[in-house]
Amino acid sequence: MTDMRYLAPSTLDEAVGAFAAAAGAARILAGGTDILVQMRAGMVQPGLIVDIKKIPELTGIEETADGGFVIGAAVSGAVLYEHPRFGEVWPGVLEAINLIGSTQVQGRASAGGNLCNGSPAGDSVPAMIAAGATVTVQGPNGRRQMPVEAVPAGPGRTNLTPGEILVSFTLPPRAKGASDAYLRMIPRTEMDIAVVGCGVNLTLKDGVCTAARVGLGAVAPTVLLVEAAAKALIGSKLDDAAIETAAAACRAACRPIDDKRGTIVYRTKVAGVLLKRTVAIAADRAGRA
Amino acid sequence: MNEISNKWIGTNTIRPDGADKVTGRAAYAADTSMPGMIWGRVLRSPHPHARIKSIDTSKAEALQGVKAVVTSKDIVEFPVDKPVALGIQDMRWMSRNVMAREKALFHGHPVAAVAAMSEAIAAEACKLIEVDYEVLPWAIEIEDALKPDAPILHDFVQFEGKPSNIAGTLEHKLGDIEAGFAKADVVIERSFTTRPVHQGYIETHACLVSVLSDGKTTIWSSSQGQFMVRAMTSLLTGIPQSSIRAIPAEIGGGFGGKTIVYLEPLATMLSKKSGRPVKMVMSREEVMRATGPTSGSTSTVKIGATKDGTIVAAQGVFYLQAGCFPGSPIRGAAGCAFAPYNIANVVSRGFDVVSNRSKVAAYRAPGAPIGAYAVECVLDEVAEALKIDPLDLRIKNAAREGTKAAHGPVYPRIGLLETMESARKHPHYKAPLGKFQGRGVASGYWFNAGGESSAQVNITEDGNVVVTTGHPDIGGSRAAIANIAAELLGIDYRRVSVLIGDTATVGYSNLTGGSRVLFASAIVVTDSAEQVIGQLKARAAKIWGISADAVVWENGEARPSGDHTGNFPTMTLAEIAAKATETGGPIGAGVQLNTTGAEGGFSTHICDVEVDVDLGIVRVLRYTSFQDVGRAIHPAYVEGQIQGGAVQGIGWALNEEYIYNKKGHVDNPGFLDYRMPVCSDMPMLDAVMIEIPNPKHPQGVRGVGEVPLVPVMAAVANAVHSALGKRYYSLPMSPPKVLEGLDEGTLQAAE
Repeated sequence: MTDMRYLAPSTLDEAVGAFAAAAGAARILAGGTDILVQMRAGMVQPGLIVDIKKIPELTGIEETADGGFVIGAAVSGAVLYEHPRFGEVWPGVLEAINLIGSTQVQGRASAGGNLCNGSPAGDSVPAMIAAGATVTVQGPNGRRQMPVEAVPAGPGRTNLTPGEILVSFTLPPRAKGASDAYLRMIPRTEMDIAVVGCGVNLTLKDGVCTAARVGLGAVAPTVLLVEAAAKALIGSKLDDAAIETAAAACRAACRPIDDKRGTIVYRTKVAGVLLKRTVAIAADRAGRA
Repeated sequence: MNEISNKWIGTNTIRPDGADKVTGRAAYAADTSMPGMIWGRVLRSPHPHARIKSIDTSKAEALQGVKAVVTSKDIVEFPVDKPVALGIQDMRWMSRNVMAREKALFHGHPVAAVAAMSEAIAAEACKLIEVDYEVLPWAIEIEDALKPDAPILHDFVQFEGKPSNIAGTLEHKLGDIEAGFAKADVVIERSFTTRPVHQGYIETHACLVSVLSDGKTTIWSSSQGQFMVRAMTSLLTGIPQSSIRAIPAEIGGGFGGKTIVYLEPLATMLSKKSGRPVKMVMSREEVMRATGPTSGSTSTVKIGATKDGTIVAAQGVFYLQAGCFPGSPIRGAAGCAFAPYNIANVVSRGFDVVSNRSKVAAYRAPGAPIGAYAVECVLDEVAEALKIDPLDLRIKNAAREGTKAAHGPVYPRIGLLETMESARKHPHYKAPLGKFQGRGVASGYWFNAGGESSAQVNITEDGNVVVTTGHPDIGGSRAAIANIAAELLGIDYRRVSVLIGDTATVGYSNLTGGSRVLFASAIVVTDSAEQVIGQLKARAAKIWGISADAVVWENGEARPSGDHTGNFPTMTLAEIAAKATETGGPIGAGVQLNTTGAEGGFSTHICDVEVDVDLGIVRVLRYTSFQDVGRAIHPAYVEGQIQGGAVQGIGWALNEEYIYNKKGHVDNPGFLDYRMPVCSDMPMLDAVMIEIPNPKHPQGVRGVGEVPLVPVMAAVANAVHSALGKRYYSLPMSPPKVLEGLDEGTLQAAE
């Protein structure tokens, strides 16, 4: 029955100030597709809501001079989908973000919210990790950069320090022959939560994989960067043996739980299957990129 | 009435509730509010099984903003040793289900309710209620409830002379089962399990209740029967039925789940105590924890056949979860299971098992899909063993006119054989299948129902028509009745308004269930319309000064039956209505009847699936339902019923289930983790409507709403078997289960 305040600052400094001053009683509102549900369910009762959608830096999409992208943390999936270039360069990241929720939810939900919600099953996170994206965060002590994989700390928790706000994602410039893909296993065909999610980003040169990153979701307390899987792919022609080794690395990386959404055995098997399927899609795209 | 020249019957007229619904103006239960209204909330048991030693509500009552608190003391008690039947329910259990009395019997069982100035205050007050529980051991699953040392839910429930969780049994017998099996060349016996599944209505339970100081009570709520709401609320609160007006809100889905009350008696007592209108709205979580799904089950079916494919004996044993109070749909499971077949020797037994889960409620052909799942899967194995096409086996043994069913009736003209033959000839049955794809068939039966129905047909002063009926419309009854009234009166259907009356404005009408509504209400509407036509002819005769016998009613007009009876210009409905005052007063008629002659419904389905063998995902590629629909009064609605049943069955077969955690709580109380199918999971679901008119109905109507669900799980299971060469004996066939069952040998054979 406590009162709740709502702020929609137009500058980041103002937002960080208010957020930090509330000392844990505040929650950030981007699309609200997680926080509003949590509030309705009685899971959280914030004293202050800081809406970041009025801050230009958090809602912009910028293609940088070097060919990279900077995406504001509060950019919705639908807005990103409409960007003329982003989906060409990062099809896997885009498809992962566009899998968050329904069409209606896409008008609100953001990659920033998806990451800060801390769910191991967030769809955009494995794709962002595979992309090698970094995030910019700003807090009372200034700005810092960190890789996406360093943000989640455990289910529902992040490594952001008190008062820090996620500002943007930076995606690196693309080499020729590079592309990415994201696949998730869900029992339904949409409106579901990943039982396993897999993001693969790779570069092909003359049929040889010269760079790769693999992100794996919903198989551990946090989304994983599976370096062993990437290592198995790099230097190969993505032959069956290399892909099987990468799939085995994904299975080995799994530390899942038995729960209502899937068993340990099932999730572990599926991680390998998805790796193979995701690599195939990413390689096909890279061959055309 | 079954002439080919029908103008409205059999056409897809625009649904009368459509504009309201698509513009968001339809008033569902939670959309009503009143000046001075306050909010009610239920305190629910945190334990799956606990004796309630005491409840102290004093702190809650002292909280500012709290206006009333009720517990089981405020609800009429029905002693456990005296049955009080109301329809298929028993008030002993309803009383204890709406508010726990001696014991809390499931996690989420109501133990108290609060009304306060806001929802937040009511929630706060619930936390201040002190309940002293003696926590008891509990049993959730059937096998746990039937163990020799299982915790007994009800000491007064006895089975074979001892306290037991088996609360009831039922047996249907025909012929000599032993002699039948002795004749068989092939006997197949298999056991199956199914999980409890929720109806999945989108609108959660909600009501607004106002009790005035003189006791006059008005209830706005969403249910499948305003008269059921009135009767149950009356019995549970002691307020006479004449003082209760139950107004049916537009309903956002029911499928059987809204055939009992949960909130109405609580809101009534809260309103009575507080003197304020009280609104209560369940959350989705409350719906999933504390309202009735249908039963989970374990069953064993044994079928024997001779080499030529004649089924000579069939035996079924069906254990169904009732939830925490007696009353699972064993009648539907045991009664419908073998009903599509002409089998000389049958034993079909049902066992009603109580355990610490929410009391089950009706769900679309209650129990019948459970029985059909087991029987139709075993039939598939019999066909395989005999190397007979599965549809041919069914056609050979299909029940037809004159067949004596194990559950009692001798069938009149039925259309089962036509559904099977139509399926056999359909292109779907011959379409090629690819790798890891399979095809399954299954048939099913549902009793259908008639029962009490009332209608009033009134001619307005401007010559239009208002029809009032008493059954909430959950499947298109308003549109269909408008078609029938327009047909009978010979006028444009847009001149007919069909309304659902409240308990004070229309005669008693049994609840919407059993696929009864159009069958029953069409009878009373037909009788009423015929009386109205008689009045219209009499008024015209009076104006013309001729005998009423000399007037005919045609195309919405009265005319003399021939030149010999008089030469007058025809009179339209509007012209007669305009002269109603001078010719005898208002024109209208009402009929109230206990309708009979609702004959059973039959359906045969074909399902194609593809299995993703790496992920264990089963996708339905094509689905065709062939159903004897009697007469499709509004074909699009009938098709919708058939498609809806298929979707629900596919969900039941593939992903839906209640998952309980180790504490005895439902672990997936929401639509994210309780996985009903979404649109993109489904192919277009085809419906082939076969019209074999019910000879006992003026328009030939058979109930069409429930049988569409009956064969589905078996059709899907048989298709999965066809795709993989491996059979799963438990539902849901969810990805982890399917993948676990696949080994290299199976996969190689399937390729």
